[in-house]
Amino acid sequence: MDTILSINHISHSYHTLKGETPALYDISFSVNQGEFLAVVGPSGCGKSTLLSLISGLLQPEKGEILLHGKPIEEQKDKIGYMLQRDELLEWRSIYRNVLLGPEIQHSLNPEVKKRAHELLDAYGLGQFQSSRPSELSGGMRQRAALVRTLILNPEVLLLDEPFSALDYQTRLNVSDDIGQIIRREGKTALLVTHDLSEAISLADRILVLSSRPASLKTTVSLHFGFPKPADDTPLNRRNAPEFKTYFNLIWKELNQHENQTD
Amino acid sequence: MKTKQTDLSASQSSYLAARKKERRLVLFFRIAVLVLFLVLWEWTAGEGIIDSFIFSSPSKILTCFLSMAADKSIFPHLSVTLYETIVSFLLVTGISILAAVLLWFSRKLSAVLEPYLVVLNSLPKSALAPLLIVWLGADRTTIIVAGMSVAVFGSIMTLYTCFTGTDKNKLKLIYTLHGTSLHALTKVVLPSAVPAIISNMKVNIGLCLVGVIIGEFLAAREGLGYLIIYSSQVFKMDWLLMSIILLCIMAMVLYAVIGLLERLCRKVL
Repeated sequence: MDTILSINHISHSYHTLKGETPALYDISFSVNQGEFLAVVGPSGCGKSTLLSLISGLLQPEKGEILLHGKPIEEQKDKIGYMLQRDELLEWRSIYRNVLLGPEIQHSLNPEVKKRAHELLDAYGLGQFQSSRPSELSGGMRQRAALVRTLILNPEVLLLDEPFSALDYQTRLNVSDDIGQIIRREGKTALLVTHDLSEAISLADRILVLSSRPASLKTTVSLHFGFPKPADDTPLNRRNAPEFKTYFNLIWKELNQHENQTD
Repeated sequence: MKTKQTDLSASQSSYLAARKKERRLVLFFRIAVLVLFLVLWEWTAGEGIIDSFIFSSPSKILTCFLSMAADKSIFPHLSVTLYETIVSFLLVTGISILAAVLLWFSRKLSAVLEPYLVVLNSLPKSALAPLLIVWLGADRTTIIVAGMSVAVFGSIMTLYTCFTGTDKNKLKLIYTLHGTSLHALTKVVLPSAVPAIISNMKVNIGLCLVGVIIGEFLAAREGLGYLIIYSSQVFKMDWLLMSIILLCIMAMVLYAVIGLLERLCRKVL
């Protein structure tokens, strides 16, 4: 498999008048084409910082981030970012919310508009195109946010705990839903979460980070013995016998570190 | 949320009826207070309980207005005050939005200018009026500037605070879509500030009227402010009270126009 994204020896700190807070320390990993990678770590360990660096919102203090072997700065438009909350703008209809990205990048043309309609139809939002965000359920809003990201055709999708604002039941359904959409679209995805079961149910590979300043603790590749690839859905994974094994393995990794710092 | 008018349950329709009754009662007492006040005023003035030379009376004020309306001498005063208020209000609205946008763009500029805005905002603006007369002369420009001076600094500060209070995550969304700060301004900051801009306009229209009247007190040959000062000097209390009532009505109408604009914006947005 081809490497699409490489993160090489990244370190980053936040500066305030009170002092310096190191967030990330010497992190290196790479993401393969079409892979679904999850990053787990304790709350506030700097996971979101990692995504901000990859998306080019922040510049790393040390190290480099390469997309197709070239620096990320010149090709930010190949990165899609899905935030913790849907952040749909209430004064726009769902359809116009989806077109926000193309509007900003001046790529709004009839073809993009047609694709927006197609994507909304495909993901069950067809009849809500002219609705206001507040008229939609939490799960539908999150799906609209995904369509808003997908319309820009990103090569890599960054997901910053995109389900954490939803209630438990919606959360299971939506993570199942969104996970399948991302696989169907064949996107490379990088999910950041503190929810272990979410990471295990969605990802191909899991990176475990230590608490702040975050460094790479270990990598776990996930293999589920489903006879048909179509059975490999987040909900089925949660019921598979391997799920518990992986859960315990990663749980131990995370807690081992917590105890060291205590 | 949206219930059809046709199939209301008994409890819902009794609730609605109770609400309607309550609204009617409030309206009734509102009008009753006004009528009672006017009747009491007219009666005490007629019986000689209060001195009608000093306190005037509703009927005298009305006759005074009708006679001035008949010889058309009241209309220049009304239109001048209205014109000056509207011009200064429009200028305040435009300038304060523009200034708040500039301050939002440049943290450095806003940090430098903040103490000056605070001082100018807390300064009693009526103190500036004599200065403006000397600088600009005793004409309409002075009065418009006086009207603006009352509202503009506070308005800039209110709008700037509102702009900087924009949801950080919404701004992050724009940057994750690879937008610039100009995109953040036009797609998020300004649209989300529309309700605040309109409520700010409601405050400004009243303040502009205050400034215009202060200006007219000092430097005018026409306008309601001039009429008030003139009639107090010659002890024409009918004129004075009529001018104040006309000002009340003008303030109400201007406020209602902005209320209408607000409702229009809500429909469009």
